[in-house]
Amino acid sequence: MSDNKIEIRNLYKAFGKKKVLDGVDLDVKRGESLVVIGGSGTGKSVLIKCIQGLLTPDCGSIKIDGEEVIGTKKDIHQKMGMLFQGAALFDSLSVWENVAFRLLENGKISRRKARLKAIQVLRQVGLAPDVADLSPAELSGGMQKRVGLARAVICQPEIIFFDEPTTGLDPIMADVINDLIIESARGLGASTLTITHDMASARKIADRIAMLYQGKIIWSGTVKEMDKSDNPYLRQFISGSSHGPIKVEV
Amino acid sequence: MQEKKNISSFLQAFGKPLVAFVINLGYFSRFVAKSIYNCFMPPFYIKLFCRQFMNIGFYSLPVVGLTTLFAGMVIAIQTYSGISKYGAESAVALVVLISVTRELAPVLSALMVAGRIGAAMAAEIGTMRVTEQIDALVTLSANPFRYLIAPRIWAAVVVMPLLVLFGDVIGIFGGYVVGIYKLDFNPANYINNTMTNLQAIDVMTGVVKAAVFGFIIAIMGCYHGYRSKGGAQGVGEATTNAVVSSSILILIFNYLITEVIFSR
Repeated sequence: MSDNKIEIRNLYKAFGKKKVLDGVDLDVKRGESLVVIGGSGTGKSVLIKCIQGLLTPDCGSIKIDGEEVIGTKKDIHQKMGMLFQGAALFDSLSVWENVAFRLLENGKISRRKARLKAIQVLRQVGLAPDVADLSPAELSGGMQKRVGLARAVICQPEIIFFDEPTTGLDPIMADVINDLIIESARGLGASTLTITHDMASARKIADRIAMLYQGKIIWSGTVKEMDKSDNPYLRQFISGSSHGPIKVEV
Repeated sequence: MQEKKNISSFLQAFGKPLVAFVINLGYFSRFVAKSIYNCFMPPFYIKLFCRQFMNIGFYSLPVVGLTTLFAGMVIAIQTYSGISKYGAESAVALVVLISVTRELAPVLSALMVAGRIGAAMAAEIGTMRVTEQIDALVTLSANPFRYLIAPRIWAAVVVMPLLVLFGDVIGIFGGYVVGIYKLDFNPANYINNTMTNLQAIDVMTGVVKAAVFGFIIAIMGCYHGYRSKGGAQGVGEATTNAVVSSSILILIFNYLITEVIFSR
Protein backbone atom coordinates (compact mmCIF):
# COMPACT_ATOMS: atom_id res chain seq x y z
CA MET A 1 0.00 0.00 0.00
CA SER A 2 1.24 3.48 -0.85
CA ASP A 3 2.61 5.67 1.91
CA ASN A 4 0.33 8.50 0.76
CA LYS A 5 -3.16 9.00 2.16
CA ILE A 6 -4.01 11.66 -0.41
CA GLU A 7 -2.34 12.00 -3.83
CA ILE A 8 -3.13 14.98 -6.02
CA ARG A 9 -1.73 15.12 -9.54
CA ASN A 10 -1.97 17.79 -12.18
CA LEU A 11 -5.13 19.35 -10.76
CA TYR A 12 -6.73 22.17 -12.74
CA LYS A 13 -9.73 24.29 -11.88
CA ALA A 14 -10.84 27.53 -13.50
CA PHE A 15 -13.86 29.78 -12.98
CA GLY A 16 -14.54 31.34 -16.38
CA LYS A 17 -11.23 32.77 -17.54
CA LYS A 18 -9.74 32.83 -14.04
CA LYS A 19 -7.40 29.90 -13.48
CA VAL A 20 -7.49 29.06 -9.77
CA LEU A 21 -5.65 25.73 -9.68
CA ASP A 22 -3.08 25.44 -12.44
CA GLY A 23 -1.55 21.97 -12.20
CA VAL A 24 -1.37 21.23 -8.47
CA ASP A 25 0.70 18.21 -7.36
CA LEU A 26 0.48 17.41 -3.66
CA ASP A 27 0.72 14.39 -1.36
CA VAL A 28 -0.46 13.97 2.21
CA LYS A 29 1.21 11.03 3.94
CA ARG A 30 -0.51 8.74 6.42
CA GLY A 31 -0.70 10.37 9.86
CA GLU A 32 0.92 13.53 8.53
CA SER A 33 -0.19 17.08 9.29
CA LEU A 34 0.20 19.07 6.07
CA VAL A 35 -0.45 22.79 6.10
CA VAL A 36 -1.04 24.63 2.84
CA ILE A 37 -0.24 28.33 3.10
CA GLY A 38 -0.87 31.06 0.61
CA GLY A 39 -2.42 34.49 0.26
CA SER A 40 -6.12 35.22 -0.03
CA GLY A 41 -7.59 34.14 -3.35
CA THR A 42 -4.74 31.78 -4.26
CA GLY A 43 -7.04 28.75 -4.43
CA LYS A 44 -6.52 27.13 -1.02
CA SER A 45 -10.24 26.74 -0.33
CA VAL A 46 -10.85 25.56 -3.91
CA LEU A 47 -8.20 22.87 -3.42
CA ILE A 48 -9.83 21.55 -0.25
CA LYS A 49 -13.29 21.68 -1.86
CA CYS A 50 -12.05 19.70 -4.87
CA ILE A 51 -10.66 16.97 -2.59
CA GLN A 52 -14.00 16.77 -0.76
CA GLY A 53 -16.02 16.61 -3.96
CA LEU A 54 -17.73 19.95 -3.26
CA LEU A 55 -16.25 21.26 -6.53
CA THR A 56 -15.44 19.24 -9.63
CA PRO A 57 -11.95 19.90 -11.01
CA ASP A 58 -11.55 20.59 -14.74
CA CYS A 59 -8.93 17.87 -14.98
CA GLY A 60 -6.35 15.99 -12.93
CA SER A 61 -6.43 13.22 -10.39
CA ILE A 62 -7.19 13.00 -6.67
CA LYS A 63 -6.61 9.63 -5.02
CA ILE A 64 -7.43 8.71 -1.45
CA ASP A 65 -5.93 5.44 -0.26
CA GLY A 66 -4.96 4.82 -3.88
CA GLU A 67 -8.56 5.14 -5.17
CA GLU A 68 -9.59 7.86 -7.59
CA VAL A 69 -12.28 10.07 -6.01
CA ILE A 70 -13.11 12.42 -8.88
CA GLY A 71 -16.44 11.28 -10.28
CA THR A 72 -16.73 8.35 -7.87
CA LYS A 73 -20.17 7.22 -6.69
CA LYS A 74 -18.73 6.00 -3.38
CA ASP A 75 -19.40 8.00 -0.22
CA ILE A 76 -15.88 9.31 0.30
CA HIS A 77 -16.96 11.53 3.20
CA GLN A 78 -17.34 8.66 5.67
CA LYS A 79 -13.59 8.68 6.28
CA MET A 80 -13.32 12.49 6.37
CA GLY A 81 -14.03 15.23 8.87
CA MET A 82 -13.97 18.96 8.22
CA LEU A 83 -13.71 22.07 10.37
CA PHE A 84 -15.06 25.01 8.37
CA GLN A 85 -13.74 28.55 8.58
CA GLY A 86 -16.97 29.87 10.09
CA ALA A 87 -17.68 26.53 11.82
CA ALA A 88 -20.81 26.13 9.58
CA LEU A 89 -22.94 24.80 12.44
CA PHE A 90 -26.59 24.13 11.61
CA ASP A 91 -28.69 26.93 13.12
CA SER A 92 -31.80 24.79 13.35
CA LEU A 93 -30.14 22.16 15.55
CA SER A 94 -28.83 22.30 19.11
CA VAL A 95 -25.10 22.01 19.83
CA TRP A 96 -25.25 18.30 20.65
CA GLU A 97 -27.36 17.55 17.56
CA ASN A 98 -24.73 19.33 15.47
CA VAL A 99 -21.94 17.28 17.03
CA ALA A 100 -23.83 14.01 16.73
CA PHE A 101 -25.23 14.79 13.26
CA ARG A 102 -23.32 12.05 11.48
CA LEU A 103 -24.12 9.46 14.17
CA LEU A 104 -27.83 10.28 13.87
CA GLU A 105 -27.60 10.25 10.07
CA ASN A 106 -26.06 6.79 10.06
CA GLY A 107 -29.03 5.67 12.19
CA LYS A 108 -27.06 3.01 14.03
CA ILE A 109 -27.37 4.65 17.43
CA SER A 110 -30.29 5.91 19.55
CA ARG A 111 -30.71 9.66 20.19
CA ARG A 112 -29.96 9.14 23.89
CA LYS A 113 -26.67 7.37 23.17
CA ALA A 114 -25.78 9.91 20.46
CA ARG A 115 -26.31 12.73 22.97
CA LEU A 116 -24.05 11.05 25.54
CA LYS A 117 -21.36 10.52 22.91
CA ALA A 118 -21.66 14.16 21.79
CA ILE A 119 -21.26 15.39 25.39
CA GLN A 120 -18.18 13.19 25.78
CA VAL A 121 -16.58 14.67 22.64
CA LEU A 122 -17.58 18.20 23.69
CA ARG A 123 -15.69 17.57 26.97
CA GLN A 124 -12.63 16.54 24.95
CA VAL A 125 -12.63 19.90 23.21
CA GLY A 126 -13.02 21.72 26.50
CA LEU A 127 -16.73 22.46 26.53
CA ALA A 128 -19.00 21.80 29.53
CA PRO A 129 -22.01 19.47 29.18
CA ASP A 130 -24.46 22.34 29.73
CA VAL A 131 -23.42 23.76 26.34
CA ALA A 132 -24.97 20.71 24.66
CA ASP A 133 -28.53 22.02 24.67
CA LEU A 134 -27.70 25.56 23.57
CA SER A 135 -28.26 26.83 20.06
CA PRO A 136 -25.09 27.58 17.99
CA ALA A 137 -26.11 31.25 17.87
CA GLU A 138 -25.65 31.47 21.65
CA LEU A 139 -21.94 30.52 21.43
CA SER A 140 -18.87 32.72 21.00
CA GLY A 141 -16.64 32.33 17.91
CA GLY A 142 -14.10 30.21 19.81
CA MET A 143 -16.80 27.94 21.22
CA GLN A 144 -18.32 27.53 17.76
CA LYS A 145 -14.91 26.41 16.44
CA ARG A 146 -14.65 23.87 19.26
CA VAL A 147 -18.11 22.53 18.45
CA GLY A 148 -17.11 22.37 14.77
CA LEU A 149 -14.00 20.44 15.77
CA ALA A 150 -16.06 18.06 17.92
CA ARG A 151 -18.39 17.47 14.94
CA ALA A 152 -15.40 16.81 12.69
CA VAL A 153 -13.79 14.20 14.95
CA ILE A 154 -16.77 12.41 16.52
CA CYS A 155 -16.74 9.57 13.97
CA GLN A 156 -12.97 9.16 14.21
CA PRO A 157 -12.18 10.07 10.60
CA GLU A 158 -8.98 9.01 8.87
CA ILE A 159 -8.57 12.42 7.23
CA ILE A 160 -9.43 15.79 8.78
CA PHE A 161 -9.53 19.08 6.88
CA PHE A 162 -9.15 22.40 8.63
CA ASP A 163 -10.17 25.50 6.70
CA GLU A 164 -8.57 28.59 8.29
CA PRO A 165 -9.09 27.17 11.81
CA THR A 166 -7.82 30.24 13.67
CA THR A 167 -9.25 33.03 11.52
CA GLY A 168 -11.29 35.51 13.55
CA LEU A 169 -10.01 34.31 16.93
CA ASP A 170 -7.87 36.17 19.44
CA PRO A 171 -4.26 34.86 19.72
CA ILE A 172 -4.88 32.94 22.94
CA MET A 173 -8.03 31.24 21.65
CA ALA A 174 -6.20 30.56 18.37
CA ASP A 175 -3.49 28.75 20.33
CA VAL A 176 -6.11 26.75 22.24
CA ILE A 177 -7.66 25.65 18.92
CA ASN A 178 -4.18 24.76 17.57
CA ASP A 179 -3.55 22.56 20.64
CA LEU A 180 -6.93 20.89 20.21
CA ILE A 181 -6.22 20.22 16.54
CA ILE A 182 -2.88 18.60 17.39
CA GLU A 183 -4.42 16.55 20.23
CA SER A 184 -7.40 15.39 18.16
CA ALA A 185 -5.35 14.48 15.10
CA ARG A 186 -2.64 12.67 17.05
CA GLY A 187 -5.23 10.91 19.22
CA LEU A 188 -6.94 9.54 16.13
CA GLY A 189 -3.76 9.01 14.11
CA ALA A 190 -5.49 10.90 11.32
CA SER A 191 -3.90 12.59 8.32
CA THR A 192 -4.75 16.29 8.32
CA LEU A 193 -4.75 18.95 5.66
CA THR A 194 -4.98 22.50 6.97
CA ILE A 195 -5.22 25.65 4.88
CA THR A 196 -4.29 28.88 6.56
CA HIS A 197 -2.43 32.13 6.22
CA ASP A 198 -1.79 32.30 9.97
CA MET A 199 1.94 31.49 10.18
CA ALA A 200 1.90 30.99 13.97
CA SER A 201 -0.76 28.34 13.54
CA ALA A 202 1.08 26.77 10.58
CA ARG A 203 4.35 26.52 12.55
CA LYS A 204 2.58 24.91 15.49
CA ILE A 205 0.49 22.25 13.78
CA ALA A 206 2.48 21.38 10.64
CA ASP A 207 4.67 18.35 10.05
CA ARG A 208 5.12 19.73 6.56
CA ILE A 209 4.18 23.02 4.90
CA ALA A 210 3.37 23.63 1.22
CA MET A 211 2.95 27.02 -0.37
CA LEU A 212 0.31 27.62 -3.03
CA TYR A 213 0.86 30.56 -5.37
CA GLN A 214 -0.88 31.31 -8.65
CA GLY A 215 -2.52 27.89 -8.68
CA LYS A 216 0.69 25.88 -8.19
CA ILE A 217 2.55 24.42 -5.23
CA ILE A 218 5.76 26.45 -5.43
CA TRP A 219 7.48 25.12 -2.32
CA SER A 220 7.10 22.38 0.28
CA GLY A 221 9.12 21.25 3.28
CA THR A 222 9.27 21.09 7.07
CA VAL A 223 9.09 24.11 9.35
CA LYS A 224 12.88 24.00 9.81
CA GLU A 225 13.41 23.88 6.05
CA MET A 226 10.98 26.78 5.67
CA ASP A 227 13.03 28.95 8.02
CA LYS A 228 16.20 28.18 6.05
CA SER A 229 14.63 28.50 2.61
CA ASP A 230 15.70 31.32 0.33
CA ASN A 231 12.63 31.02 -1.91
CA PRO A 232 11.72 34.71 -2.39
CA TYR A 233 7.96 34.05 -2.51
CA LEU A 234 8.06 32.04 0.72
CA ARG A 235 10.33 34.58 2.42
CA GLN A 236 7.99 37.42 1.52
CA PHE A 237 4.93 35.51 2.70
CA ILE A 238 6.33 34.46 6.08
CA SER A 239 7.78 37.91 6.73
CA GLY A 240 4.44 39.49 5.79
CA SER A 241 6.12 42.12 3.65
CA SER A 242 4.32 44.01 0.92
CA HIS A 243 7.60 44.26 -1.04
CA GLY A 244 8.76 41.28 -3.07
CA PRO A 245 7.80 39.08 -5.98
CA ILE A 246 4.22 38.57 -4.75
CA LYS A 247 2.23 41.49 -6.07
CA VAL A 248 -1.00 42.33 -4.27
CA GLU A 249 -3.76 43.69 -6.46
CA VAL A 250 -5.08 46.83 -4.78
CA MET B 1 -17.31 48.89 -41.20
CA GLN B 2 -19.44 51.04 -38.89
CA GLU B 3 -22.51 49.06 -39.90
CA LYS B 4 -20.74 45.80 -39.04
CA LYS B 5 -19.87 47.20 -35.60
CA ASN B 6 -23.46 48.23 -35.02
CA ILE B 7 -24.76 44.78 -35.92
CA SER B 8 -22.16 43.20 -33.68
CA SER B 9 -23.06 45.35 -30.66
CA PHE B 10 -26.78 44.79 -31.37
CA LEU B 11 -26.26 41.02 -31.39
CA GLN B 12 -24.17 41.26 -28.23
CA ALA B 13 -26.85 43.24 -26.42
CA PHE B 14 -29.45 40.57 -27.14
CA GLY B 15 -27.18 37.54 -27.21
CA LYS B 16 -25.68 37.94 -23.74
CA PRO B 17 -28.95 37.90 -21.79
CA LEU B 18 -30.25 35.13 -24.06
CA VAL B 19 -27.25 32.93 -23.33
CA ALA B 20 -27.57 33.72 -19.60
CA PHE B 21 -31.27 32.81 -19.74
CA VAL B 22 -30.58 29.48 -21.46
CA ILE B 23 -27.84 28.64 -18.94
CA ASN B 24 -30.15 29.46 -16.02
CA LEU B 25 -32.94 27.44 -17.59
CA GLY B 26 -30.54 24.50 -17.80
CA TYR B 27 -29.55 24.88 -14.14
CA PHE B 28 -33.20 25.16 -13.15
CA SER B 29 -34.31 22.09 -15.15
CA ARG B 30 -31.50 20.04 -13.63
CA PHE B 31 -32.42 21.28 -10.16
CA VAL B 32 -36.10 20.36 -10.64
CA ALA B 33 -35.25 16.90 -12.00
CA LYS B 34 -32.82 16.25 -9.13
CA SER B 35 -35.35 17.49 -6.56
CA ILE B 36 -38.16 15.26 -7.88
CA TYR B 37 -35.84 12.23 -8.02
CA ASN B 38 -34.67 12.80 -4.44
CA CYS B 39 -38.25 13.22 -3.18
CA PHE B 40 -38.72 9.49 -3.79
CA MET B 41 -35.35 8.30 -2.47
CA PRO B 42 -34.67 7.29 1.15
CA PRO B 43 -33.89 8.39 3.79
CA PHE B 44 -37.16 10.25 4.40
CA TYR B 45 -36.86 12.90 7.10
CA ILE B 46 -40.28 12.62 8.77
CA LYS B 47 -39.41 15.09 11.55
CA LEU B 48 -38.30 17.73 9.05
CA PHE B 49 -41.44 17.08 6.98
CA CYS B 50 -43.63 17.61 10.07
CA ARG B 51 -41.80 20.85 10.92
CA GLN B 52 -42.36 22.17 7.39
CA PHE B 53 -45.96 20.94 7.46
CA MET B 54 -46.58 23.06 10.56
CA ASN B 55 -44.72 26.06 9.13
CA ILE B 56 -46.48 26.05 5.79
CA GLY B 57 -49.88 24.78 6.91
CA PHE B 58 -50.76 25.58 10.49
CA TYR B 59 -49.07 28.97 10.69
CA SER B 60 -50.57 30.05 7.34
CA LEU B 61 -54.15 29.41 8.52
CA PRO B 62 -54.79 33.01 9.72
CA VAL B 63 -53.43 34.55 6.52
CA VAL B 64 -55.36 32.19 4.25
CA GLY B 65 -58.51 32.50 6.38
CA LEU B 66 -58.55 36.30 6.32
CA THR B 67 -57.73 36.48 2.60
CA THR B 68 -60.45 34.08 1.50
CA LEU B 69 -63.00 35.50 3.98
CA PHE B 70 -62.76 38.99 2.52
CA ALA B 71 -62.52 37.67 -1.05
CA GLY B 72 -65.79 35.76 -0.55
CA MET B 73 -67.46 38.87 0.95
CA VAL B 74 -66.33 41.09 -1.92
CA ILE B 75 -67.53 38.61 -4.54
CA ALA B 76 -70.98 38.48 -2.89
CA ILE B 77 -71.32 42.29 -2.95
CA GLN B 78 -69.97 42.64 -6.51
CA THR B 79 -72.18 39.87 -7.86
CA TYR B 80 -75.26 41.31 -6.21
CA SER B 81 -74.57 44.84 -7.46
CA GLY B 82 -73.91 43.50 -10.96
CA ILE B 83 -76.89 41.23 -11.42
CA SER B 84 -79.56 42.50 -9.00
CA LYS B 85 -81.11 44.63 -11.78
CA TYR B 86 -81.87 41.37 -13.64
CA GLY B 87 -83.56 39.93 -10.55
CA ALA B 88 -81.05 37.17 -10.15
CA GLU B 89 -80.14 37.46 -6.46
CA SER B 90 -80.31 33.70 -6.08
CA ALA B 91 -77.25 33.44 -8.37
CA VAL B 92 -75.09 35.15 -5.72
CA ALA B 93 -74.57 31.88 -3.81
CA LEU B 94 -73.62 30.10 -7.04
CA VAL B 95 -71.14 32.78 -8.14
CA VAL B 96 -69.52 32.91 -4.69
CA LEU B 97 -69.26 29.11 -4.65
CA ILE B 98 -67.68 28.81 -8.10
CA SER B 99 -65.37 31.83 -7.75
CA VAL B 100 -64.09 30.77 -4.36
CA THR B 101 -63.61 27.05 -5.00
CA ARG B 102 -62.25 27.26 -8.55
CA GLU B 103 -60.16 30.43 -8.42
CA LEU B 104 -60.03 32.66 -5.38
CA ALA B 105 -59.18 30.18 -2.67
CA PRO B 106 -56.39 28.40 -4.57
CA VAL B 107 -54.87 31.46 -6.23
CA LEU B 108 -55.07 33.90 -3.32
CA SER B 109 -53.94 31.27 -0.80
CA ALA B 110 -51.01 30.33 -3.02
CA LEU B 111 -49.96 33.96 -3.49
CA MET B 112 -50.12 34.58 0.26
CA VAL B 113 -48.17 31.39 1.03
CA ALA B 114 -45.62 32.28 -1.68
CA GLY B 115 -45.01 35.59 0.09
CA ARG B 116 -44.82 34.01 3.53
CA ILE B 117 -43.19 30.63 2.93
CA GLY B 118 -41.40 30.97 -0.43
CA ALA B 119 -39.47 33.94 0.96
CA ALA B 120 -38.67 32.12 4.22
CA MET B 121 -37.42 29.03 2.34
CA ALA B 122 -35.17 31.09 0.07
CA ALA B 123 -33.80 33.08 3.01
CA GLU B 124 -33.14 30.01 5.17
CA ILE B 125 -31.52 27.89 2.45
CA GLY B 126 -29.70 30.95 1.06
CA THR B 127 -28.21 31.67 4.48
CA MET B 128 -27.19 28.03 4.78
CA ARG B 129 -25.50 28.30 1.38
CA VAL B 130 -23.50 31.45 2.13
CA THR B 131 -22.46 30.23 5.61
CA GLU B 132 -21.23 26.89 4.14
CA GLN B 133 -23.87 24.88 6.03
CA ILE B 134 -24.88 23.14 2.80
CA ASP B 135 -21.24 22.18 2.17
CA ALA B 136 -21.12 20.94 5.76
CA LEU B 137 -24.15 18.71 5.07
CA VAL B 138 -22.31 17.14 2.12
CA THR B 139 -19.15 16.56 4.15
CA LEU B 140 -21.28 14.85 6.80
CA SER B 141 -22.58 12.41 4.16
CA ALA B 142 -26.08 13.93 4.09
CA ASN B 143 -27.64 14.67 0.70
CA PRO B 144 -28.87 18.32 0.79
CA PHE B 145 -31.62 17.49 -1.71
CA ARG B 146 -33.03 14.82 0.58
CA TYR B 147 -32.39 16.69 3.83
CA LEU B 148 -33.42 20.22 2.84
CA ILE B 149 -35.46 20.17 -0.34
CA ALA B 150 -37.52 16.96 -0.36
CA PRO B 151 -39.24 17.63 3.03
CA ARG B 152 -40.16 21.14 1.90
CA ILE B 153 -41.58 19.97 -1.43
CA TRP B 154 -43.56 17.12 0.16
CA ALA B 155 -44.92 19.39 2.90
CA ALA B 156 -45.95 22.13 0.44
CA VAL B 157 -47.62 19.67 -1.98
CA VAL B 158 -49.54 17.92 0.83
CA VAL B 159 -50.53 20.95 2.89
CA MET B 160 -51.57 23.40 0.17
CA PRO B 161 -54.70 21.39 -0.82
CA LEU B 162 -55.71 21.27 2.86
CA LEU B 163 -55.19 25.03 3.17
CA VAL B 164 -57.31 25.58 0.06
CA LEU B 165 -60.13 23.38 1.40
CA PHE B 166 -60.03 25.49 4.55
CA GLY B 167 -60.04 28.63 2.37
CA ASP B 168 -63.05 27.28 0.42
CA VAL B 169 -65.10 26.96 3.60
CA ILE B 170 -64.09 30.38 4.94
CA GLY B 171 -64.60 32.10 1.56
CA ILE B 172 -68.10 30.64 1.14
CA PHE B 173 -68.82 31.62 4.72
CA GLY B 174 -67.74 35.21 3.86
CA GLY B 175 -70.26 35.25 0.99
CA TYR B 176 -72.92 33.85 3.33
CA VAL B 177 -72.29 36.55 5.97
CA VAL B 178 -72.67 39.35 3.40
CA GLY B 179 -75.67 37.63 1.79
CA ILE B 180 -77.53 37.22 5.08
CA TYR B 181 -76.55 40.28 7.12
CA LYS B 182 -76.11 42.88 4.38
CA LEU B 183 -78.20 41.74 1.42
CA ASP B 184 -81.01 40.24 3.56
CA PHE B 185 -81.12 36.85 1.85
CA ASN B 186 -82.92 33.98 3.49
CA PRO B 187 -80.26 31.86 5.28
CA ALA B 188 -81.93 28.53 4.46
CA ASN B 189 -82.28 29.46 0.77
CA TYR B 190 -78.65 30.61 0.59
CA ILE B 191 -77.37 27.39 2.12
CA ASN B 192 -79.70 25.36 -0.08
CA ASN B 193 -78.46 27.20 -3.22
CA THR B 194 -74.87 26.61 -2.20
CA MET B 195 -75.35 22.91 -1.45
CA THR B 196 -77.36 22.25 -4.63
CA ASN B 197 -74.72 23.85 -6.83
CA LEU B 198 -71.76 22.33 -5.04
CA GLN B 199 -69.95 20.02 -7.48
CA ALA B 200 -66.97 17.79 -6.87
CA ILE B 201 -65.21 19.06 -10.01
CA ASP B 202 -65.11 22.63 -8.64
CA VAL B 203 -63.53 21.59 -5.35
CA MET B 204 -61.19 19.10 -7.04
CA THR B 205 -60.01 21.77 -9.48
CA GLY B 206 -58.99 23.93 -6.55
CA VAL B 207 -57.26 21.01 -4.85
CA VAL B 208 -55.29 20.06 -7.97
CA LYS B 209 -54.28 23.68 -8.49
CA ALA B 210 -53.23 23.91 -4.84
CA ALA B 211 -50.93 20.89 -5.09
CA VAL B 212 -49.29 22.31 -8.23
CA PHE B 213 -48.95 25.74 -6.59
CA GLY B 214 -47.44 24.12 -3.49
CA PHE B 215 -44.79 22.49 -5.67
CA ILE B 216 -44.07 25.79 -7.43
CA ILE B 217 -43.70 27.70 -4.14
CA ALA B 218 -41.35 25.10 -2.63
CA ILE B 219 -39.22 24.54 -5.72
CA MET B 220 -38.77 28.27 -6.42
CA GLY B 221 -37.96 29.03 -2.77
CA CYS B 222 -35.45 26.18 -2.60
CA TYR B 223 -33.92 26.89 -6.03
CA HIS B 224 -33.25 30.57 -5.43
CA GLY B 225 -31.96 29.87 -1.91
CA TYR B 226 -29.73 27.03 -3.09
CA ARG B 227 -28.18 29.12 -5.86
CA SER B 228 -27.72 32.28 -3.80
CA LYS B 229 -24.26 33.69 -3.31
CA GLY B 230 -22.53 36.82 -2.12
CA GLY B 231 -23.63 37.18 1.50
CA ALA B 232 -26.60 39.17 2.79
CA GLN B 233 -27.24 40.91 -0.53
CA GLY B 234 -27.35 37.58 -2.37
CA VAL B 235 -29.79 36.15 0.15
CA GLY B 236 -31.97 39.26 -0.20
CA GLU B 237 -32.02 38.89 -3.98
CA ALA B 238 -32.83 35.18 -3.68
CA THR B 239 -35.79 36.00 -1.44
CA THR B 240 -37.19 38.59 -3.84
CA ASN B 241 -36.66 36.33 -6.86
CA ALA B 242 -38.34 33.40 -5.12
CA VAL B 243 -41.51 35.40 -4.37
CA VAL B 244 -41.70 37.13 -7.76
CA SER B 245 -41.00 34.02 -9.85
CA SER B 246 -43.36 31.78 -7.87
CA SER B 247 -46.15 34.38 -8.03
CA ILE B 248 -45.82 34.68 -11.82
CA LEU B 249 -45.65 30.90 -12.26
CA ILE B 250 -48.73 30.47 -10.05
CA LEU B 251 -50.73 32.78 -12.32
CA ILE B 252 -49.45 31.09 -15.50
CA PHE B 253 -50.17 27.59 -14.22
CA ASN B 254 -53.56 28.71 -12.94
CA TYR B 255 -54.49 29.61 -16.52
CA LEU B 256 -53.02 26.39 -17.94
CA ILE B 257 -54.84 24.12 -15.48
CA THR B 258 -58.11 26.01 -15.99
CA GLU B 259 -57.65 25.69 -19.75
CA VAL B 260 -57.07 21.93 -19.50
CA ILE B 261 -60.03 21.26 -17.18
CA PHE B 262 -62.68 23.73 -18.35
CA SER B 263 -61.92 24.48 -21.99
CA ARG B 264 -64.24 21.73 -23.24
